[in-house]
Amino acid sequence: MSSVDLSVNVGPLKLKNPILLASGTVGYGNEIAEFIDLNKIGGIVTKSLSLKPRKGNPPQRVVETPSGMLNAIGLANVGVEEFLKSKIPFLKKFDTTIICNIAASTIEEYVECTKILNSENTIAAFEINVSCPNVKEGGLEFGNNLHAVSRITEEVKKVTSKPVFIKLSPNVSRISEFALAAKNAGADGVSAINTLVGTAFDINTRKPKIKNVTGGLSGPAIKPVALAKVLEIKRNVDIPIIGIGGIFTWQDAIEFMIAGASAFQLGTVNFVHPTAAEKMVSELSDFCEKTKIDSIHKLTGSFILS
Amino acid sequence: MFLENATVKSVTQIGTNIYLLNLISENIASQAKPGQFVNIKVSNSNFPLLRRPFSICNIQGNIFTVMFVTIGSGTSSLQSKCEGDSLDVMGPLGNGFSIDGEYEEAVILAGGIGAAPFPFLISELKAKGKSISCFTGARTKTDVIDYMMPNVFSASDDGSLGFHGNVVELFDSKLHLFEKKKIKVFACGPNAMLKSLQQYCLEKSIDGEISTESSMACGFGLCQGCPIESRKDSTKYDLICKDGPVFNMKDVTLP
Repeated sequence: MSSVDLSVNVGPLKLKNPILLASGTVGYGNEIAEFIDLNKIGGIVTKSLSLKPRKGNPPQRVVETPSGMLNAIGLANVGVEEFLKSKIPFLKKFDTTIICNIAASTIEEYVECTKILNSENTIAAFEINVSCPNVKEGGLEFGNNLHAVSRITEEVKKVTSKPVFIKLSPNVSRISEFALAAKNAGADGVSAINTLVGTAFDINTRKPKIKNVTGGLSGPAIKPVALAKVLEIKRNVDIPIIGIGGIFTWQDAIEFMIAGASAFQLGTVNFVHPTAAEKMVSELSDFCEKTKIDSIHKLTGSFILS
Repeated sequence: MFLENATVKSVTQIGTNIYLLNLISENIASQAKPGQFVNIKVSNSNFPLLRRPFSICNIQGNIFTVMFVTIGSGTSSLQSKCEGDSLDVMGPLGNGFSIDGEYEEAVILAGGIGAAPFPFLISELKAKGKSISCFTGARTKTDVIDYMMPNVFSASDDGSLGFHGNVVELFDSKLHLFEKKKIKVFACGPNAMLKSLQQYCLEKSIDGEISTESSMACGFGLCQGCPIESRKDSTKYDLICKDGPVFNMKDVTLP
């Protein structure tokens, strides 16, 4: 048994370890549970939930790009009611932290979704998706607008006492301004980053490889960008950060913590190596042991710039 | 479903750019059904990043085979594998063909590399005592694959081999052979071929299943990247990886 303390606090949210499974990359947990023991993971962030079920975008939805992939799923999800009815009972079985990601087209819809989900005790916190690049309404329109981010945060905080994290878009000039807006509106933390807008063309047909024309870029290709965004937030705003963006290995995860993340999320890696999250628990512990770090939270923001 | 390192037994060339990769995995070989697929991480690096899905072509003892055409970096990497190499494989995935049923003859239609899942299906159909006829076609002679197909009719778009035309037209020209029999069609190939076959079979009230393909990031339902329009429920898409890749022709609308 390792003597390293892997537990972390992300604002008021306590996690047994900093490893979270990112929204939209593990559905509602049932498929990934065939590969890993969810009890060992810090937490799971659900697929973005909307008030009503969403069918999502037509194919093609995904395409591979160098060391990454583009997706335009379009927030396909079962909706909050069906989530509570048929998905929560499965998630309840695990001793892990359940964070519900909410996506909406209007501020009222964010509030309504939060209200409905708030009564479910299994849900420990909310992650508010103000930055999906793949839907016509809401999504990036909100993520690009400081006032909208403030308003959504404020209104959501009014209807829940659970921790609220705002998932920020990297498709802005200064992400730290958005982190500050979220903080001032009462957010308990920010998740950074969502995907970067990208596209790819088929040179023979001259058509985009994604039906939606653009998609969200994820995977190792975006890791340096994500790290820089986390660092920018850390250096400018005093708010807990959940780091996301191309983490494939435990070394990547450590980098995010050094840059300022209190916890981090694994996303695209789940598609390729679905056992990565569980393996990372012991890998992080081993690293801490070897480098004589008794509590992993001490890595957060431990960068040395000079 | 298993996630394991399978050992390469051999890579053999069966056509101009067409290869068979034989992999040793007791788990996958013993559990696979015809029409299912495996998702292979072809390199240890992040390039290519995603796994590549391949139909399970055949099973012999503890060995399963995948058939591939070298088209990109992923398949080129597979072509250069040697005996003893290890490959990270996930499978068997997806649903597979429904072999049981009240039909006398199985009619197999393959377009290009769409021939891949049929050797396994054919051996299971034979075991069930079904008679089998096969139709295979492609753009040109070198792309036509009839690997392990009995009673096979070939077609090529450019007329360089067999029937001059596509495989659905070839099937239509031979439909009289099945006049007095109850048949079931099993097909795999490009969407354009499957679409025209689907329309043809629905018009003629011929029962059949199609094995579809799509780009996908995970292969087991996580990424939601491989939707297909369902004719049974218009409020949601089916996923090719989990609900398919095999669908009854009546149940889906191809893109």
